Amino acid sequence: MFAFLSSNSFFIAQIGICVVVWVALQLSAAVMVYMERKVAAYLQQRVGPTRTGYAGLLQPIADVVKLLFKEELRPAAADPLLFALAPIIAATSAFAAFAVVPFGGTTTLLGLLSEPLALGVADVNVAILVVFAITSMGVYGIVLAGWSSNSKYSLLGGLRSSAQMISYELSYGMALAAVLVLANSMSLRDIVNAQSGSLLGIIPQFRWFVFFQPVGFLIFFTAGIAETNRAPFDFPEAEQELVAGYHTEYSSMSFGMFFLAEYINMVTVSAVATDLYLGGWWFPFIPESFGWLAFLAKTGFLLFFYIWMRWSLPRYRYDQLMSFGWKVLLPLSVLNLLVTAAAVLYFGL
Amino acid sequence: MLFYFFGAVAVIASLLVIAQRNPVYSVLLLIASFGALSGLYILLDAPFVAVVQIIVYAGAIMVLFLFVVMLLNAPHEETDFDERTHPLLRPGPMRFGAVLAVALIAELAWALSRSGSSATFSTTPVTSVAAIGRSLFTDYAFQFEVTSVLILVAMVGAVLMARREERPGGKR
Repeated sequence: MFAFLSSNSFFIAQIGICVVVWVALQLSAAVMVYMERKVAAYLQQRVGPTRTGYAGLLQPIADVVKLLFKEELRPAAADPLLFALAPIIAATSAFAAFAVVPFGGTTTLLGLLSEPLALGVADVNVAILVVFAITSMGVYGIVLAGWSSNSKYSLLGGLRSSAQMISYELSYGMALAAVLVLANSMSLRDIVNAQSGSLLGIIPQFRWFVFFQPVGFLIFFTAGIAETNRAPFDFPEAEQELVAGYHTEYSSMSFGMFFLAEYINMVTVSAVATDLYLGGWWFPFIPESFGWLAFLAKTGFLLFFYIWMRWSLPRYRYDQLMSFGWKVLLPLSVLNLLVTAAAVLYFGL
Repeated sequence: MLFYFFGAVAVIASLLVIAQRNPVYSVLLLIASFGALSGLYILLDAPFVAVVQIIVYAGAIMVLFLFVVMLLNAPHEETDFDERTHPLLRPGPMRFGAVLAVALIAELAWALSRSGSSATFSTTPVTSVAAIGRSLFTDYAFQFEVTSVLILVAMVGAVLMARREERPGGKR
């Protein structure tokens, strides 16, 4: 038994990482629900949930139980196959995108493993493009949900979301390209490691790409908020106009899957932003083996920012969103890419 | 083994695309076919091409297709048209279509007859993005630029067709 363990410990650790990531992603949605309720409450001078457990900590579990025990409804005029498939596509692509996001340096688990293990489910040399490809698959979940429900509100929500995602994907990709030029690699692990480094091992040397790419970071995060359909860009589900947008006709756990997908997409965008701009798991005075804590903290801050934005800013108008995306964000991101490329050529960074 | 799996999925999905009455299902099956193609690219040691295939075709272009299908809201194709008066069934379009079909079959036969000697391509696998970029901007620079001009022409044409006629009075 132990011989089997020692010879296959690396393999087992790899599978362990997959399981940990899967569970952590699901838990992150629960944590986000709690954070959203609490932050929203405090921003509105309320206290939020208090009755479910200590300080309302069990509120997400109560929410899930409520969703699970609801009746699964389907409109009579809906397309049965696509109506069932849409939430599955949304949730699957949300989970799959995180598979190529590294979240920590290499570790031997305190000497348990013979060779160092890189923290991350899969290390692909075109990782950043894989994230991009899988997120673009997630659009189909929303679009198909809108179409298959056979309802006006859902259809309009689905159309809006596809138009919005197509528009903002361009600036998203352009902002990314500038980072790729700086790091000279498409592997997220290489990009993170390009941001490490300290003088004499003690003095922190800030090589995070956010310091070279402040405009790029803003573009990336703005486009990321639009991609995940969050306020102030949450038009696909604008309550006042579209009831609940693409998931108007969904109930019970199939609604829950859209909900889960939305939160996990936020986690993925924040994690990718951390890897690309905020130095990933590198932080002054934190050794590499505990870097994943720094990674968690940075991602958590970005997620808090998401919620903060949602409850502080009013929603844009739809035409404002489109003109902002095409006339401001896209030219700015192209300019950012050109300036970055010129600087890399000239200074030989 | 995987080759036959991906190949079968691609072929069957593509056949089902034209067998469907519902255009939304056709779009989805085309996406499935593109996914299988990208699997084939991965088997050929070209992960970059595979991922770009997903991003560009399955991700961007098919979303536009789906968008148009949904916007036109055509749930089912018209099937009960009058066979004698339909414009596509008049002799002129029929002959043109026949010529196109013959040309396509001839091209396919020509391409398949040459596929035995695959050594005409460089045998070193182009896996890294840098290598693809270098060959794109040196060996294939002309083709690359011509393609971009072609796309520009198509774009100008689309804008011209979509633009509303301006009345001589000045107001649109």
